This record gives sequence, structure tokens and C-alpha cells, in this order.
Amino acid sequence: MTQHWIDIKNADVVLIIGSNAAEHHPISFRWVTKAKDNGAVVIHVDPKFSRTSARADIHAHLRPGTDIAFMGGLIHYVLSNKKYFKEYVDAYTNAAHLVGEKYAFNDGLFSGWNADKRAYDRSQWAFELDENKQVKKDPTYKNPRCVINLLEKHYERYNLKNVATTTGIPEKELEVIYGHYASTGIRDRAGTIMYALGWTQHTYGVQIIRTSGILQLLLGNIGVAGGGVNALRGEPNVQGSTDHCLLYHILPGYNPMPFSTQPTLADYNKANTPLATDPKSANWWGNRPKYMASMLKAWFGDAATPESDFGYGWLPKADPSDDFSYMYMFDRAYKGQMKGGFILGLNPAQSVPNSNKVRKALDNFDWLIMMELHHSETTDNWRRPGVDPKKVKTECFLVPSAHRLEREGTISNSGRWQMWHNKAIQEPKGVKSFGDFHVELMNKVIELYKKDGGTLPEPIVNLDWPQKFDADTQAKKNNGYYTKDVTVKDKQFKKGQLIAGFANLADDGSTASANWLYCGGYVEDGKPLYKRRDLTQTAEQAAIGLFPNFSWCWPVNRRILYNRAGVDPDGNPWNPAKMVIAWKDGKWVGDVPDGAWPPMSQEGGKNPFIMTQSGMSQLYGPGRLDGPFPEHYEPVETPITQHPFSKQLSSPVYKFFDSDLDKLAKPADAAFPIVLTTYSMTEHWCGGGETRNVPNLLEAEPQLYVEMSQELAKEKGIKNGDGVIVESIRGRVEAIAMVTVRMKPLTVQGKTVHVVGMPFCFGWTTKGCGDSTNRLTVGVGDPNTSIPEYKACLVNVKKADKLTELA
Amino acid sequence: MPKSFFIDTSKCTACRGCQLACKEWNALDANATKQVGTHQNPPDLNANNYKLVRFNEHVIDGKVRWFFFPDQCRHCLTPPCKIVADSIKEGAITQDEKTGAVLFTAETKGLTKDDFQSIRESCPYDIPRRNEATGLMAKCTMCFERITNGMLPACVKVCPTGTMNFGEREAMLELANKRLAEVKKTFPRASLANPDDVSVIFLLQDDPKYYHSSAVAEAPAPLDRKAFLAKLVGPFGRLARELS
Repeated sequence: MTQHWIDIKNADVVLIIGSNAAEHHPISFRWVTKAKDNGAVVIHVDPKFSRTSARADIHAHLRPGTDIAFMGGLIHYVLSNKKYFKEYVDAYTNAAHLVGEKYAFNDGLFSGWNADKRAYDRSQWAFELDENKQVKKDPTYKNPRCVINLLEKHYERYNLKNVATTTGIPEKELEVIYGHYASTGIRDRAGTIMYALGWTQHTYGVQIIRTSGILQLLLGNIGVAGGGVNALRGEPNVQGSTDHCLLYHILPGYNPMPFSTQPTLADYNKANTPLATDPKSANWWGNRPKYMASMLKAWFGDAATPESDFGYGWLPKADPSDDFSYMYMFDRAYKGQMKGGFILGLNPAQSVPNSNKVRKALDNFDWLIMMELHHSETTDNWRRPGVDPKKVKTECFLVPSAHRLEREGTISNSGRWQMWHNKAIQEPKGVKSFGDFHVELMNKVIELYKKDGGTLPEPIVNLDWPQKFDADTQAKKNNGYYTKDVTVKDKQFKKGQLIAGFANLADDGSTASANWLYCGGYVEDGKPLYKRRDLTQTAEQAAIGLFPNFSWCWPVNRRILYNRAGVDPDGNPWNPAKMVIAWKDGKWVGDVPDGAWPPMSQEGGKNPFIMTQSGMSQLYGPGRLDGPFPEHYEPVETPITQHPFSKQLSSPVYKFFDSDLDKLAKPADAAFPIVLTTYSMTEHWCGGGETRNVPNLLEAEPQLYVEMSQELAKEKGIKNGDGVIVESIRGRVEAIAMVTVRMKPLTVQGKTVHVVGMPFCFGWTTKGCGDSTNRLTVGVGDPNTSIPEYKACLVNVKKADKLTELA
Repeated sequence: MPKSFFIDTSKCTACRGCQLACKEWNALDANATKQVGTHQNPPDLNANNYKLVRFNEHVIDGKVRWFFFPDQCRHCLTPPCKIVADSIKEGAITQDEKTGAVLFTAETKGLTKDDFQSIRESCPYDIPRRNEATGLMAKCTMCFERITNGMLPACVKVCPTGTMNFGEREAMLELANKRLAEVKKTFPRASLANPDDVSVIFLLQDDPKYYHSSAVAEAPAPLDRKAFLAKLVGPFGRLARELS
């Protein structure tokens, strides 16, 4: 979130799209409800009329995977009706920046396309730079190469007619929704966008999210109260896990994974430390070398010295073409290229798409170590239905894991608040937390390496590793401390002293911080700021529900990101009644500003989007693999054969696999005419591995269902409550039909498209509840993130003669 | 001071936090359920579910509407169940003077199946249930132990949206009327369900029939015990009048 949960109440229009917020982030609706009480219009755009829609003022049924068409239409509406916030766009976006002559877009493809490599040459999308490597601009917007002009041109095709025939939302409904949302493009109104996995899980998920960035910038909704782009993160602690790099592509604090082409820290820093392209740019990523050196210092302690290149050489390096995300991992396992592994707190046999393939892939492991609360479809894969356990070679070890209520530590909520939670109950004997398990295991490995040696022992034996896991100590290390006595600008700091903020981190080894983002949350021994529960606030803060003394949030306790765009260039809030920050008597008041520099119009003022090279927000963003502007493509499995307004049907760069089990239905496949979308539910958590073992939750949602329209049910001779078979080209699943007015057939390119929806939380280890919906879903992914396209694939539905999975 | 709930269904997202919290606090066993084509599960109130969110969907004026009704005992100001129970076995059903909570006691164990049936039929909201194994009657307790120890009822405590409210009756009535005026601006058919007769006041956005067949009492609830008994017909009514 650019904002935090409470801030949703400040919105005048709430657009929930790609999310079923009421069901999957119930607490968010506390604030949506308050916004409604204050007169906000709540709009829900989603394939299914859900519990969120029930509380929205407007709901529109969107065909799964057509979000870019919908959002592109909104961008077009805002631009063509001149509804954008011109002062904001002029001052804070790259609307006036000139794009180089090599950039072009033709009929679905951007320039630089290389069909053989199935990739773009992104250098062709670069901005035009002057002789000083500063980006060229035309503030009059007369130059046709201005971003704003290219943007307008790109979205010209996204007219109401094209959007309606693509999304299935009638033109009249689109106009009403667009009108409401575009009304926020003025000083004293704000609109917020709430999204979740309904946006990310597509072969163009990143570009969907880009549309919201573009829209919110056009309307001046970034940096203000009640605005923002809000990814809803929840109980799985996605916020904390991305901050601390659960995934392979980054190191903690969003530093990129080192590549084999960067053998030294200097190479790494050169490749990843941008140069400012505007004289007023703060270019914050220019500090990357300090964050990397401090992280390496935290990892390798005294062994991290300038002579050892801070241990950078000990880090594993990926080849630039490598992909270690989980679909690729299970593809390697399926091909017999992996021998064993650890699976902790994850249930891939249930939750990874095309799970029939995953289940077979798991059979290829010689050994697996798994850590779980309960037996799951993964831990018990060796005895899954239809498999003879004697023929499975895998040696499985199941380590009982502590429940999160049985351990203490910090979590990071969606608003980036770092919050401490206590241990509520003592874990049973023999049960370990992930932290305890990891620390003990690694100490044993270190001991063995020290004793027996081995190939490349340095990364292991040089680790600054604790004897025992302690969440508080680790939090302190994330914050960071001085590694020796130093004097900075006449101020003296002692070795071991905690560091006040990431501005104090250095690249010379004098500071250690395992995650620069969290630097500043723990500055005094024994008094971590994340334990604060103080509700003190100023009148201005009270007006927008901002509690600066409650917990702590990254970065530097700034509650609303990009807040220097929430004021005019003189530092006056666009909307004084809901000010986030303001420049008063020579200083900033309100929230922690995005940099302490004076307002833009004053000497020394900096551009507000400090993480970009120019300091301006990016309507045009040349950094992604699939284009600088989001373009609508169809899901890989689509019910239509022709893109409604270009020649390129699906993303030209989506990721896919070539195994015998990675079958794809062809566009408008007659055997699979129905669109399936999949989702979570309130009553079960993710794949259900935990919650299916809670009897009261299973009572409320006991079995797998498929939600379908009355029209489809009639066509197929299915009655509400009937057992049915849902089939894709990859698998077959039993479910109970939930025939409902909440699903409806859509008219797409003049023909009827049926949509069905299924949760994915039911698995065979819970008797009679059904088995993984992901046996149907498709193993294709976004080119930038490799996230799978869980949200759209093709299936067929028929009445079941006999049920076995639901018996 | 009498207490009341105010249940603002215009804010309910049917997250079922209330339904689950009720089960957890009261340590009620889970029922074995099946998916039968609705999210409403278990299908009805029972001895293990004092609180149940009812889901009902309709198309009204061409628009899909989904109604959520977190059903529970209304803790009537003059509880018909108690009047009937008193006529059979004094003490089986009691009403706490201070809070207004209507409570099924351990004495309900002595009631026969037919006695229970009469009590259930007397309830305009079809709330009383019976645990066939123990013979005890069951329903919402207003979380009596919690509220008499300064805590909110479990269902109110967990509600994320402000649907479930609990407090002094006067304050709840004030809140209910304020919200009704607000909701009526968008939903002119909105109403409060029998606010003068019950301690659990529902705000309904639309015609009560969309929510649940027993969302409101069909006839206005009786003013007092005497009037209620006079209304009873058939052999049971005669018996009740004789006993009174």
C-alpha cells in the first residue's frame, strides 16, 4: 500500500478491482464502511458478485483477465474528457518528458520486438537525453513525443465500445463508473484503488497494476489522503515476506539478485545504481551501495571487509536468463533435475497451478524435508489417491511447526507497519518455530563445514550466525548498528550503537543493517518503536486517521508514500481539509515527508518521486519486459480468437513450459468453452491446509463448489447443489454446483461467454471436501514476475454421475 | 440498566466472524455439514449454533441484491418463550432483570420434546433449539458471563465493520434511529425490526421478507403476559390460561 488501512476512510470514491476485499481482507471493510458513512461511492468491478459487491454502491461483472481494457478505458475517459488534474500532472509526472524516436507501438507490439528471442530490445523505449544525460522535456506538450501525447494516443483505441465488447461490461455501466472515478481529478477529492491477487495473477499482472499507477497520477491521487494504489496484503504476511525477500529475485530491501555477469560488488553496484536524469532528482537508489555493504556486513560480520569485497563473492549469482520461481522449480523437478529440498509452510501440491504436474514432480525427489502444522497434500503426496506408496521413492521428513500464535516476532501489515506480536500459548514439546529450525539447522551445517571442510565453505563458515533464534535480536539486526566507533559530521557513534535511520548507513563497512528499509524502527536498546501503542496525534493527523506514534512503519515512519506530491510546488496541501503534510514556517508538518528538502518551488527543493531517476512519477515506464504502457492482451486461455482492437491476441512475452503435462486449450476451444476464475474465501486460509483442520471453519465452508449462472446451469441441465465435474485440458475436478444470480453470462464480441468461479482451498487430506482446484489451472506466467495466471483459464462443466472426491 | 444489541445489516459483509466467535466462546461442537449450493452453513440454527448468518439473494428491479442476516435470539422485552415455559416449569427460562437477557437454564432439561415444541412455536423468530442428546434447550445467552464482567458479547467484539453493536438500550435505540434515517435516504424501504419489543434490534435495508422468513414478528409482539396468553389458542392456550 502507498497508504495504510485507516486511510481508506478518507476516500471519496473507492474502486475495488482485482480484489474481493470484504471476503479476503475483512478488516479493510471497516474503513470502506467508514468511507461510505462519509458519503463515498464504492465501486466493485469483478467477475463475481461477491460479499464485497453486496456492500458496494455499484458492481460490474468483468470478464476475467480484461482489467487492462477496463482501466485503459478509464484512462482514455479521463484524458479525452480532460478530467485529469493538470497542475499535478504538470508538476509531478513525466508527462512532459520526451520519448526517444525509436519508441513505437504498432497493432499490439511495441518497437524492439525480436520474434526469435521472444523478447523486446528495451533500449528502444528510452527517453531522449541531452548532452548532460538529463531527460529532455517540453512543458508545453506541443512535441508529439511528449509522454502525455503518446499516452493519449496509446489509449485512443480504448473507447467505450471496444472496452464493452472486451470486458462484457455494457457501455452505459462503464460510463457511470468512469464518471464517478474521474470526479476525483480535482484538488479536494480523492479516489483509492484496492486490489489484490485478482490483479497480479495474470500473464500481464504487472501491467494491470501499472494502469492504476497511471490513472492515479493523472487524477492527482498519489500522495494524498484517501488516494493511492493499495495492494491488500493480509495474514500470509506478504508485505513482510517481500520486504525481506521471500522470493528469489531480490535480496532484502528490494535490492536485485546478483547476476553472474556482476562478479564483484563494484560490478553489482554499477549495474544497479542509477544516475539522476533531472537536476532536481533525489535519485534515492543512488544510495544502493550503502545498503548493500551494510547488508553484507550484517550477514558476514567481521569477515565482511573491503579486502573480502564484503563477502559479495560468496553470494550465489543467477544467470540473467535464470528463473527460480516456483513454476520453474517444479518444472525442473518434473524433469528430474532436482534431488531434494525443503518445503516449509507451503503446500505446492495444492496451491501451485497445474497441480497434477506438481504432484508428479514431487515424486521425483529422493528426499524432502517439510515443516507443517498439519498433514497436507504436499506432506502426504506419496500416498495421494491413485498412487501406490510403495512405488514412490521419496524419503519424507515431516517436522512439526509452531503455529504463529505459538511464537513471537514482528509482522508487517499492508500499510508497512512493523508490529510486534507476543507468543499467545506455549508450543507443544518437540515443536519448533521456523526461526528455531533454521538457526539450529544452519549451526549444524556450519559445524560440519568447520569440521570436515567442503567446496566453497566461506559463505557458510563466515556467516554472522546466532547460537539461538531470537526475534527481537534479529529485528535489531534488521535495523542495524555501527560496527566500530565512528565520527560523522562531528557526531560520535559507538560500536554496537543502533542506527537512527537509513540516511546514516555507509558503504565502508562501518554500519551493518540486514534490511535498510527497517532501519529506524529500533533505535534505542530495549525500546523498539514497533512496540509503540501510543495514540497521540495532532489535529491535522486526527483529521485523516494518521497515528504516527502507534507501531512504526517503513520508510522512516512515513505513513503515506510520495506525500510531497500531496502538496503544490509551494508546499500547500492540495486539499487542506485532509492534508497529509504542509510546509509551515520553514518546516514540514503532518506526516514524515518524502525527504526533508524544502518545497519544489524553493531553492534546494527536490522532485517528489524520489525512487525514480528523474524524481518524476512515470506515466511512461520503460523498465518492464512487456512494454512501457500497459496494453490489453487476452489470457493465454481465452474464449475469443481475435483481440478486439489489435492483431496481438495474448502477451508476446508470457512465460510458459513445454512438458507433456503443460497442455494449453486453444483460443475459443470448443471442448472448453467456459472461463474459470479461482479465488480464496473468508473461511479458509489460502490452500486451506490449516483451516480445514479447524472444525468450526469446515462447518461453515465444508466442500468445494463451483459458482455458476442460472443460464449456464440451465444449458447444462445442472441444478443448485448437484455434483458436477469441471474439466480443463489439464485435469478434472469434482465440485458442488452453486447456481446463483451472482454469476452472469457476459456478451463478448457479440457472443455469450459463461464464467464460473471456484475456491482453491479444498484438498484430499480432509476427507470428503474435494480436491485441488489447481488441477485445472494453467502453468503460464507474467514475464516480469512469473506469477501464474490463476485468474483465467478454460474449462467445461457437466453434471456428475457419481462423486468420489466429495463422497 | 437494560442492554440491547443493534445489528446494522447495511454494514454486514457476512464474514461470519460473529457466527464463529459465538461457537468459540460458547465452546460449541462443530456440526458435520455439506455444501448444498449456498454459503449459508450450517443450514439453520441448532443446539451448536446460537448465531447464524443467513444468506439470501434476489434480483430486485433488475439488480442483484444479496442480503445477510446474522440471526440470533432477540431477547424479547416480554419473552413469549418464558411465558410458555413458566406455565410448564418455572425457572426453565429466566430473564435477567438488570440486563434483560433471556436465558435457557439447566432446568430446560426437564422439558419434554412436546414442551420444547410449544416453546419454539411461541417464538415469533423461531429461535429455540434443543440438544437431543442432553435434552437441554439452546440459544444465544447474550454472552451473559462476558457482559456481566464488563466485556462485549463475543459476536460484537469480533465484528470488523460495525454491524454488531451492544450497549445500553437507550444508546442502541438512538444509534439505530440515526442509522435508519441515514440508510433510508438510499433505501426508502429500510426499517428497524420490532424495535419496541426486542433487545436485539435489526436494521434492514429492504423488505424483511428478503432477509429471512422470521426476520420480524408476523404480528406485533404482545404487550404483556396477560395479553399474550389471551392470544394463545388450542389446547395449549387453554392450559396456559388455566395455569396463569
